[in-house]
Amino acid sequence: MSMKSGVVVFPGSNRERDMLYALENITGAKPQAIWHADTELPDLDLVVLCGGFSYGDYLRTGAIAARGHIMPAIAKAADKGVRILGICNGFQILCEAGLLPGVLMRNAGLKFVCKEVKLEVANADTDFTRKYKRGEVWRCPVAHGDGNYFTDPETLKRLEGEGRVGLRYAEGTNPNGSLNDIAGILNERGNVFGMMPHPENMIEPMNGATDGRALFESVLEAVA
Amino acid sequence: MIPNDVAITPELISEHGLKPDEYQRILDLIGREPTLTELGIFSAMWNEHCSYKSSKKWLRTLPTTGPRVICGPGENAGVVDIGDGQAIIFKMESHNHPSYIEPHEGAATGVGGILRDVFTMGARPIAALNALRFGEPDHPRTRHIVSGVVAGIGGYGNSFGVPTVGGEVNFDPSYNGNCLVNAFAAGLADTDKIFYSEAKGVGLPLVYLGSKTGRDGIHGATMASAEFDEDTEEKRPTVQIGDPFSEKLLLEACLELMASGAVIAIQDMGAAGLTCSAVEMGAKGDLGVELDLDKVPCREEGMTAYEMMLSESQERMLMVLDPARERDAEAIFVKWGLDFAVVGRTTDDLRFRIRRHGQVMADLPIKDLGDQAPEYDRPFVKADRPKPLSPADVPARNDISDVLVKMLGLPDMCSRRWIWEQYDHLIQGNTAIGPGGDAAVVRVEQGPKGLAFSLDVSPRYCAADPLEGGKQAVAECWRNLTSVGAEPLAVTDNLNFGNPEKPEIMGQFVGCIEGIGEACRALDFPVVSGNVSLYNETNGKGILPTPAIGGVGLLPDVSARATIAFKAAGEAILLVGETKGHLGQSIYVRDILGKTDDRSAPPPVDLGLERRNGDFVRDEIRAGNLTAVHDISDGGLFVAVAEMAMAAGIGASLTPDTALPLHAWAFGEDQARYLVTLLEKDVAAFLERAGKAAIPAARIGTTGGDELTLNGAIPISLAGIKAVHEGWLPAYMAAGAEL
Repeated sequence: MSMKSGVVVFPGSNRERDMLYALENITGAKPQAIWHADTELPDLDLVVLCGGFSYGDYLRTGAIAARGHIMPAIAKAADKGVRILGICNGFQILCEAGLLPGVLMRNAGLKFVCKEVKLEVANADTDFTRKYKRGEVWRCPVAHGDGNYFTDPETLKRLEGEGRVGLRYAEGTNPNGSLNDIAGILNERGNVFGMMPHPENMIEPMNGATDGRALFESVLEAVA
Repeated sequence: MIPNDVAITPELISEHGLKPDEYQRILDLIGREPTLTELGIFSAMWNEHCSYKSSKKWLRTLPTTGPRVICGPGENAGVVDIGDGQAIIFKMESHNHPSYIEPHEGAATGVGGILRDVFTMGARPIAALNALRFGEPDHPRTRHIVSGVVAGIGGYGNSFGVPTVGGEVNFDPSYNGNCLVNAFAAGLADTDKIFYSEAKGVGLPLVYLGSKTGRDGIHGATMASAEFDEDTEEKRPTVQIGDPFSEKLLLEACLELMASGAVIAIQDMGAAGLTCSAVEMGAKGDLGVELDLDKVPCREEGMTAYEMMLSESQERMLMVLDPARERDAEAIFVKWGLDFAVVGRTTDDLRFRIRRHGQVMADLPIKDLGDQAPEYDRPFVKADRPKPLSPADVPARNDISDVLVKMLGLPDMCSRRWIWEQYDHLIQGNTAIGPGGDAAVVRVEQGPKGLAFSLDVSPRYCAADPLEGGKQAVAECWRNLTSVGAEPLAVTDNLNFGNPEKPEIMGQFVGCIEGIGEACRALDFPVVSGNVSLYNETNGKGILPTPAIGGVGLLPDVSARATIAFKAAGEAILLVGETKGHLGQSIYVRDILGKTDDRSAPPPVDLGLERRNGDFVRDEIRAGNLTAVHDISDGGLFVAVAEMAMAAGIGASLTPDTALPLHAWAFGEDQARYLVTLLEKDVAAFLERAGKAAIPAARIGTTGGDELTLNGAIPISLAGIKAVHEGWLPAYMAAGAEL
């Protein structure tokens, strides 16, 4: 049960330490930190694009990082079927890089929001959610200013029809106005997943619950 | 002789905030007329903000040492030993004037500045808090300032990546023209890897790090040392612009550089920028400093020496470097995309010498600029001590339920959720108690230790009686830390007052300092860092005296922390401490009876009692005997019970003490009190232990249901009070959006 994972660090990433800690805590193996200026990835089972404000969010969230030196290597790894997980700013980067469809707009409330929400597992048959049950509702924090998922009607129809909406905000807790309460989506192949909430901050009793662990355990099981 | 191309007129001297006697002192010191650049440098170093010239005499009376204190006041931040080779490094600093002029950037750069103070010393920031005071809600500027300040604090801290875990907020007309933004930060370091600002060694390179220098913030520190008037709006260009992205890079680059062993001394560029950092480093190390301004990375073209020396551009550091490591050091900064430039060197002649285009623009005695700046013994008048208010003299209200509901929805008493949900309080994954509790608790990485943080002061108490108010601010902070199970270690203070040249304002300052000193000594709670903000006046009217206290406490095991929420129905509610029904300066008198001219005494603080009651409660928490704990402060006992109930969604039935009038029992603000809950079976043994220790403790009720019921009064629905408590601030801010 060992998984080789890595966390990409861009200038302005700021949840890389949270993610490195969570991955080691859950997988038992030390993840690698991957520098944005590198052009090649080491041999990994899981690449995580973590939360933060890469390049200060100064153009559009994720827009500059999506054109970073490391990104072609990530696209190549995605093509080969390596699991890629984008959390928060990582999700924004994956959308900007075209590895996931759609965009993350400014929150409907126009403010940064940090609070606990409820997530419903819309599809439990994915590499990132298989340790949950379909319809299961779990607790998870969000912390973002631009998490309002939007895409065109055609793409939305496809995402829904193909079971590519993995997670939805549940019980009226949508914090940002996302279309169809979308919290996390998959690419066509099912190996790239992006989500706004922070499961890495919900892994120990001190966090109030350990509901986020199953997301990482899902990938662990998938790559085993 | 340095050529002087600008005439130094009395007007110019006055515009630099220097008094005629101070200018004479400059002439006496240097034996000639200063250049404009030199005048600017003196102005930057001798203003109140940088020199503490009115407050120094009194700050020296505060206790600053203790067995755990590694470094007290005088450095960038205080350093306290938390065992296992680790230290907590913390400080609080005001950014009041800039935040009033430009709320978003003013507050943001306040956060940036305090974070830099902490990581300059080698610590990774693990917690940020803020104490905010705004004008009355109906004042036309208040909503704009609240909105800007909160967005600025969040915008900076969220991007930088530090959890903002707590703070406090008040609204009062005295802040209408002068809001207070006091930013606190704490960071974690190893005790053998702490970095100081004292330069060591002659002829060593001085290195400029971080962002480029621009024209922003010129004269910021001088502006912060003056009163406001109608022309305040024109001072906007003196406010700095924050860039949290650069600060995050600077943090990572500095920590990496420090780990490499190349740093001999380091100082952040805060107030008065390059001037203050260079002078402090040299003066502390008994060394001279030479700067070649042509080497300073600039954002704008054609900057003069004067502008460069007074710029307060953010996210910059100055460092004395081990010359053998210059190449490695530069490589680290290049990797992080930051500027790195050797801009000068240390000398042995105790002069502060500045060159621009090869020409000497300033040549001044460094010690007189820095640690030998002027100091004043300002005259002060203390107001008469007020008389206590007897409960019998305070009108009772029969509709006690309505009073509670109204109280929980007051601007000063309602939930601050609207604010702290805009702050990332969870990043780093160590937040054990976030905003909304008595104190915030953050786990020390790897555990099991935890650190508790609380910011406190009751300005209305300080106004009524500075001495008792000063004591109370410290006592409440100590109590809040105790309430989560922490051992209070040390404090930082942020002393916000009006114009010290007025004897009555100076009297408030002296009284508060005496109270703070007395309480810190009695509670073994030394002051290890702090900041003084004076001249908080607009059109001649001062703010309420607001000496904010920021305390840090230690929990040996974070899993043994106590929280305010009731845990289950059917548990016993007990009151620890004595209730005399003290209503002087209470929320009940001010806001329910509407008596805004209450001149009576605030609740007296018995420091011995504080200590005994607090030590008892902490021992009980650590022994695992208590299920919930909450200190009693603003609004009194009934409000505290309601807060515990709302946090849990579990109600309570209470049996008041019939020896007191009901309103005095419910809303009195007697100090040194805690509410605790226990399992029913543990009550007898708890009371026995309290009795043996001579700690006043009494059963006052039982948890359960979804209402609060008070003997003989109408039950109050929890859902109802929660709606009121949570509703005020969002509704207030939303009303602004519609305008």
